[in-house]
Amino acid sequence: MPEALEATTKDATAPESVPAAPPAEKDARARSLWSDAWHDLRRNPLFLVSAVLIVVLLAMAVAPWLFTSADPRHADLAKHYLQKPNWSHFFAEDWFGYDIQGRSIYARVIYGARASIAVAVGVTALVTILGTLVGMLAGYFGGLLDTILSRITDVFFGVPFILGAMVVLTSFEERKLWVVILSLAFLGWTQIARVARGSVITIKQADYVVAAKALGASTSRILLRHILPNAMAPVIVVATIALGGYISAEATLSFLGIGLAEPTVSWGVDISSGQEQLRNAAFVLIIPSVMVSITVLAFIMLGDAVRNALDPKLR
Amino acid sequence: MGRYVARRLLQMIPVFIGSTLLVFSMMYALPGDPVRALAGEQAVDPVQIAAMKKELGLDLPLWHQYLNYLTGLFQGDFGTQIATQRPVAEEIARAFPITIRLALFAFVFTTVVGIAMGVFAGLKADMLRDRTLLLITLLLISVPSFVLGFLAQVFFAHQLGWVDPNVSPEAAWDELVLPAVVLGSLSLAYVARLTRTSVAENLRADYMRTAVAKGLPRRRIIGVHLLRNSMIPVVTFLGTDIGTLMGGAVVTEGIFNVQGVGNAVFQALRHREGSTVVGIVTLIVIVYLVASLLVDLLYAVLDPRIRYA
Repeated sequence: MPEALEATTKDATAPESVPAAPPAEKDARARSLWSDAWHDLRRNPLFLVSAVLIVVLLAMAVAPWLFTSADPRHADLAKHYLQKPNWSHFFAEDWFGYDIQGRSIYARVIYGARASIAVAVGVTALVTILGTLVGMLAGYFGGLLDTILSRITDVFFGVPFILGAMVVLTSFEERKLWVVILSLAFLGWTQIARVARGSVITIKQADYVVAAKALGASTSRILLRHILPNAMAPVIVVATIALGGYISAEATLSFLGIGLAEPTVSWGVDISSGQEQLRNAAFVLIIPSVMVSITVLAFIMLGDAVRNALDPKLR
Repeated sequence: MGRYVARRLLQMIPVFIGSTLLVFSMMYALPGDPVRALAGEQAVDPVQIAAMKKELGLDLPLWHQYLNYLTGLFQGDFGTQIATQRPVAEEIARAFPITIRLALFAFVFTTVVGIAMGVFAGLKADMLRDRTLLLITLLLISVPSFVLGFLAQVFFAHQLGWVDPNVSPEAAWDELVLPAVVLGSLSLAYVARLTRTSVAENLRADYMRTAVAKGLPRRRIIGVHLLRNSMIPVVTFLGTDIGTLMGGAVVTEGIFNVQGVGNAVFQALRHREGSTVVGIVTLIVIVYLVASLLVDLLYAVLDPRIRYA
């Protein structure tokens, strides 16, 4: 993992305790990896755009009522059956038109953010914890443990993600949010585990780890205080980009009819129900698809920006 | 080299057993059973069901069923579908060639177009064409492939009428062009980006300066020196990509109604035909494992410094 290598060597050359440096003087070398990255990120338009997008999307997920007063489940078939979007009515109930049941697409798109983002954030959190744990144990202890954990990782990595998810999810009669989250996490942790393992292997040879060992630090202290914080940089980058991927995966599975299902409001569910009117009312499918794409785009751009900021090779 | 390949092949065995066991136990855990599904809505004597299950070996514990399955597999027997009484191998022989054709098509498209785009952009990093490439690939990555599939279908089939929205059961090559492009678009974006980064980085390498100083023709510098050195990360990606494409074909096949592996898995899941699902997923896993071995061997071809003892 070349990124891991860059990230750690950078940190290793930036000693935390430089007592003589006066606080007023801005010395680029004395900054830690993260504050250095933050310094870069604040000036990156790509980061700012994606951060604003993500904040808006998160606000939608937490408080959808701030964006619309319409009810996403209210259906008025007689009045609004497949009514075309009214593009000039910004933020109004009929802005994006109505679906086949006469429900406001604008309201559904806003309320759909919660399920889609909850799945993606939930899966990413679980995958990061599990993947880091496996990768760290395999990378740090090596030997037999590494062989076993790596083979297990290979097994899960070899099973195609969507195909595996299809099999797992069919076994649940009722696919609630947490079922989808657990199923995707069950299959998805391998990528992070591989990245974390590679990152830990390069870090465990670093001088500060050797020093900590020589000072008699316990294994758990070395792992938690020295290895973990320094190995996280590439993991966070991969996790951010993967988050976008899980938004897309939720939509794909719902489209296949095995992800979330009605009455849950989610972008995937709406895309799935929109495909039947593809020929006469394509907007029913396209509008939630655009929301999915924007969200994925935002997380990928964020991941790219963070990666660039953490990689000193590009400076 | 021979020893290396042998070791890698040996390492595949636990991964192979692990992944079949994984899929097998997932199928085992599915609620509902194939025998009952056979009867449909009719009421059936539970004694009869139990007898039939016993005959099919479905009453055995998980480990025993799995052992039976593996024994059959090593004798070239993929099992029999319960509802149709047809051997699973027949279903695999019907569905696999179609998906392989689709995935191969997508793979060639990805490789050729992706590398060409990447080199084109990487040679002039940060120029207009590079920026355009980054933008296009970013869009391709963020639009889910099934959305892309629907848009392609609406545009090329319904609006322009160039192609049939549904692919016939024979799935001829020309019918698979559109599905293959849709399937390959995500990988295309990754290949183009990887190639671009790698080319842009290697342009600054010492051996490039040497090659230019020696007065080699530009064609040779780029075609041999630059390209060969830039291909390692791309080849790594392409190796895992074949398996991904075959798995991802499930979605594309659904949109264009291709009668391939995805369709077969879907039907099998609906009828709880465990052996069909396990057989197909196992084969995809094998394709993936072999591809990643080939990639590792290719490293040594691309970079003579890498040797396998």
